[in-house]
Amino acid sequence: MDLKQKKDSLSNLELTQSEILTLYEDMVLGRYFEDMCAQMYYRGKMFGFVHLYTGQEAISSGVIKALKKSDYACSTYRDHVHALSKGVTAREVMAELFGKETGCCKGRGGSMHIFSKEHNFLGGFAFIGEGIPVATGAAFQSIYQKQVLHKSEELSVTTCFFGDGTTNNGQFFECLNMAALWKLPIIFVVENNQWAIGMAHPRSTSVPEIHTKAAAFGMPGEEVDGMDVLAVREVTERALKRARAGEGPTLIEALTYRFRGHSLADPDELRSFQEKEAWIARDPIKRLTTYMIDNNIATSILLETINQKVKSVIEDSVEFATNSPEPSVKDLHKYLFL
Amino acid sequence: MKKTFLFEALHAATDEEMAKDPNIFVIGEDVGHYGGSYKVTKDLHMKYGDLRILDTPIAENSFTGLAIGAAMTGLKPIIEGMNMSFLLLAFNQIANNVGMLRYTSGGNFNLPLVIRGPGGIGRQLGPEHSQRLEAYFQGIPGLRIVACSTPYNAKGLLKAAIQSDNPVIFFEHVLLYNLQENIPSKEYTLPLDKAEMVREGQDVTILTYSRMRYNVLQATEKLLTQNYDPEIIDLISLKPLDIDTIKTSIKKTHKVIIVEECMRTGGIGAELTAQINETVFDELDAPIVRLSSQDIPTPYNGTLEQATIVQPDQIVNAVKMIC
Repeated sequence: MDLKQKKDSLSNLELTQSEILTLYEDMVLGRYFEDMCAQMYYRGKMFGFVHLYTGQEAISSGVIKALKKSDYACSTYRDHVHALSKGVTAREVMAELFGKETGCCKGRGGSMHIFSKEHNFLGGFAFIGEGIPVATGAAFQSIYQKQVLHKSEELSVTTCFFGDGTTNNGQFFECLNMAALWKLPIIFVVENNQWAIGMAHPRSTSVPEIHTKAAAFGMPGEEVDGMDVLAVREVTERALKRARAGEGPTLIEALTYRFRGHSLADPDELRSFQEKEAWIARDPIKRLTTYMIDNNIATSILLETINQKVKSVIEDSVEFATNSPEPSVKDLHKYLFL
Repeated sequence: MKKTFLFEALHAATDEEMAKDPNIFVIGEDVGHYGGSYKVTKDLHMKYGDLRILDTPIAENSFTGLAIGAAMTGLKPIIEGMNMSFLLLAFNQIANNVGMLRYTSGGNFNLPLVIRGPGGIGRQLGPEHSQRLEAYFQGIPGLRIVACSTPYNAKGLLKAAIQSDNPVIFFEHVLLYNLQENIPSKEYTLPLDKAEMVREGQDVTILTYSRMRYNVLQATEKLLTQNYDPEIIDLISLKPLDIDTIKTSIKKTHKVIIVEECMRTGGIGAELTAQINETVFDELDAPIVRLSSQDIPTPYNGTLEQATIVQPDQIVNAVKMIC
């Protein structure tokens, strides 16, 4: 894998200052939110398996911030930040992690099951690969709306996130086939952080270059530096254009790294110190910060103002979650059936 | 009234509902151009097009998940399991997502979908094609399980299942598709949670469902000549069980025989036995008799296959023993 940093990832992408600042703010939101989750987990405020997204923010922000509200996003068990990027409020996600009635799933789902119909956020799937068919179904629905129900609005697009480990699972191959076959408006985003818990990607995968597998299905596959939010945004824009035009799916492989263990319960003993340090040096938030300051897009004062604003959003979310009521036991069976 | 095969009744139910609601679509293996392996969707693709009668690649877990995603975003899928046993390959999507997603999402997403197809032991189909998945599925929260048994109830129940906003697993039986009877020409639905009184009687309550209804009826012909008067109830709803109807009958007969094609251990009969013991134990004059299939893979050999499932004579003997 080529880990060299691209000098100028903005070359083919035209974003306004405000759009770039939106990306920055969204990445900081993801980072601070997850940092707070770690604190709250160790303080015994949230339980179960909690998988943090720290280090991978450029992918969530780079992809999801390019979407419209009517587009869909589908995630995995590492889903908090995808939900935040899609617009689910920090309050609703934090309250869900606290198991509170005000959480986006009323405290029934928890960390690995974040859903929000209002934000077209399809989940939150805790088992490997099972979100891919669901996302494919949402994309099928988009062409059904157009071709069967004759809705005149433009095609909504579904983005489907999963990790490198998932690409050895049958649902990945089965859905790439169906999506290409029916030209579904879907973008498959592999967040290749190179480790499936303790299984190093090359130890589990005969052809480690995941994006090359798109060719087997006749769809474009693109590799992108997942630590570069602008580069991620650029490949996403291309894939979105194709999808909206009815030209079908794209597979994006974003090379990245999680700065923490698989979950907060993972002792993280297998990844080498040198490997971690090399990737932490490529922190996507620091990288965008440097880029913006070097190119006079923002001052460090402005960025600090954003940081403080995000901090207060996170603190507010914790206060909200803390003060929210527990679900009532009398509602134990609620939501099973309509 | 119109003389109708059971497969035609299912076809008519699907067609009538699809004509009313453009959000309904059928998805599965060979449901389109081939017409379904039991012809339940024959020629519907000509009327509704290839997207509404969607032939899928052979990828059960993925096309089931695809239907889930479509249901979450506003469509109403009918998934056909070419053989319900194939849906073992979709067990993850059915258990985790069809069953639990509405609850887990705190009511964010509804799943108005039907999973239907043939289950049960046919004629020498071998062990993999002869499975009864109702026992596997009954442990999944959030699922309704229905088993049809006549052209009349097949049509009314399937229409109700399609109209339901909750997920329904709908069992047909390989040996019953060619049953024929007169059914009403005008539209009707039947409740998904009500058992069907097949025959009223005084001596013993026989609880059965799907194909075993016919083995019970065969046994009943013999029993009537010997002056036994059994009450026969077709469960229809395997989950939840219509315990009220069952209780009412037991309060009359005070004796119960369960006849099922399900395997004995952990089967529908086991759950029935537990619920009856919990709710009407005091009304029972004798221990519940459970006649189930043997706990073995269904053998190919015809004689062995017959020995695996409950035969009418066993039912006759059980009634004589208990009455």
